[in-house]
Amino acid sequence: MLARLGPPAAIAAVILLAPLLFQSGYHFRIGALVWINALAVIGLNVLMGLAGQVSLGHAGFFGIGAYAAAVLPARYGLHPLAATAAGAVLCAAVAFTVGRPILRLKGHYLAVATLGLGMLVAMVLTNEVWLTGGPDGMPAPRPDLGGWRISGPETWYWISGTVLVLGVLLAQNLRISPAGLALGALHDSEVAAGTLGVDVARSKLVAFVVSAVYGSVAGSMLAFLNGHVTPDRAGFLQSIEFVTMAVLGGLGSMIGSVAGAAVLVVIPQVLTFFHEYEHLMLGVLVILIMVLLPSGVVPALSSLLARRRKE
Amino acid sequence: MNLLQVEDIAVSFGGVRALDGVGFTIAEGLIFSIIGPNGAGKTTLFNVLTGLNRPSHGRVRFRGSEVTGAPPHRLAAIGISRTFQNLQIFPRMTALDNVRVGRHLQERTGALRGMLRPPGTAAAEELSRRTALELLDRVGLANVADKPAGGLAYGIMKRLEIARALASGPKLLLLDEPAAGCNPAETAEIDRLLLALKRDGVTLALVEHDMKLVMGVSDRVLVLVEGKVLVESEPQAVRLDSRVVEAYLGSAHAGGGA
Repeated sequence: MLARLGPPAAIAAVILLAPLLFQSGYHFRIGALVWINALAVIGLNVLMGLAGQVSLGHAGFFGIGAYAAAVLPARYGLHPLAATAAGAVLCAAVAFTVGRPILRLKGHYLAVATLGLGMLVAMVLTNEVWLTGGPDGMPAPRPDLGGWRISGPETWYWISGTVLVLGVLLAQNLRISPAGLALGALHDSEVAAGTLGVDVARSKLVAFVVSAVYGSVAGSMLAFLNGHVTPDRAGFLQSIEFVTMAVLGGLGSMIGSVAGAAVLVVIPQVLTFFHEYEHLMLGVLVILIMVLLPSGVVPALSSLLARRRKE
Repeated sequence: MNLLQVEDIAVSFGGVRALDGVGFTIAEGLIFSIIGPNGAGKTTLFNVLTGLNRPSHGRVRFRGSEVTGAPPHRLAAIGISRTFQNLQIFPRMTALDNVRVGRHLQERTGALRGMLRPPGTAAAEELSRRTALELLDRVGLANVADKPAGGLAYGIMKRLEIARALASGPKLLLLDEPAAGCNPAETAEIDRLLLALKRDGVTLALVEHDMKLVMGVSDRVLVLVEGKVLVESEPQAVRLDSRVVEAYLGSAHAGGGA
């Protein structure tokens, strides 16, 4: 019970308490950005941390979700919430179709194939100007619910926070379920998992589809928060950023996903004081964290705590 | 009744014939051992029977239906499971969770179901835990249930693999060197376990170098040499067969106790 509900409860507490430190709408905006990125990273973590399959194309699904939220209401009059759902279904379908052939690949080969998938999505979003507005992107609508217009960073802070907690809860349930055990098993030994009745190819595909849906929903929320979408959200750098968040926070750790997202979203904002040294300092910080805490921030700190408690 | 029929199996790795014209049948309820010098093709044969290697020639029938080349998870579903010579435990999981993975075929394993935890999930989890714990107890490992499997001693891991394979409810269990690296006490433990499993109606195929164990528990023994069947008979007959003695004396395993 504690093992299952601990992480979502801890994350919910942070979401509830963080605003005590906030002084402006800008802070709420940054908070919302952290929760949105964290949701995408939780999805990536189902694939990478749980099933052990790398993806360098996760932003492709993030981008599809973002553009579904912008394009479908603007061009086809869909309600933004329905557009979010449609984006998630589309991502699930793409992941299901593409995942079948590419998840047969392992390690570096899988990395390059997923990289290609992400780049393909970014390219389509950039080039199909009639649909997507091209490299400059396009505006995304402000959704309304029964006449109440959902906008403003504070509102999106609470919505994205709620969706994140829900996402963590579902991922946590999955992790301890028989399906999640099978994913952990094929991560450790595909051969043994197979001889115990786990359909390895199918299990990987399921993890890929789940991760894609998380990415899509996160992308849609980003579109609503920003009121604007651009193709670089689907691009290579965004994918790398997601992987960095997942690894930095700690692969396989829910709280780590949130911590990783927080580091990569918040620190650059703090570092803007240093102007041209901003990227340099962020790079050095990431290297330092990985050298000093190679298993990621959260797993390293929690094992340190556990050791302290024993002594 | 014949549980498994193997006909004229051949496997080649880049021109090297690992198995060549191997055929035998395993009758239900017996302990069937496969022995032979290192490199004779014993593990390759197990790999063919569990779908990890595809034979280039020949057929495998299980309970009358052909299963040649079927993938591992489908063979597991019809009742063929195994352990591995080079351990394949899930090191980052607890011993208990290792066994719970073995129950995959008995569980409802939908991802959506896992995420949404419909009513009855907690009860199903409790049942799964209890059953896994009983299986651990059966191989004498109830005391390490909550320990990470990667940190367990070698002989313990061997028995953990047996418990995990049993959890899949096999009709035919293939054990690849279950006593390798075990001390005499642990080997005696495995000896008792194999006979108990046989009493429960599990058919066992055993690859093992410990001749005392093999001769003590087996109903039939097949000797494999250089990918070919040298002889298949009762343990006593195999022990006295001059060709077997020659094959073994010519190898590093002359001191195996045969």
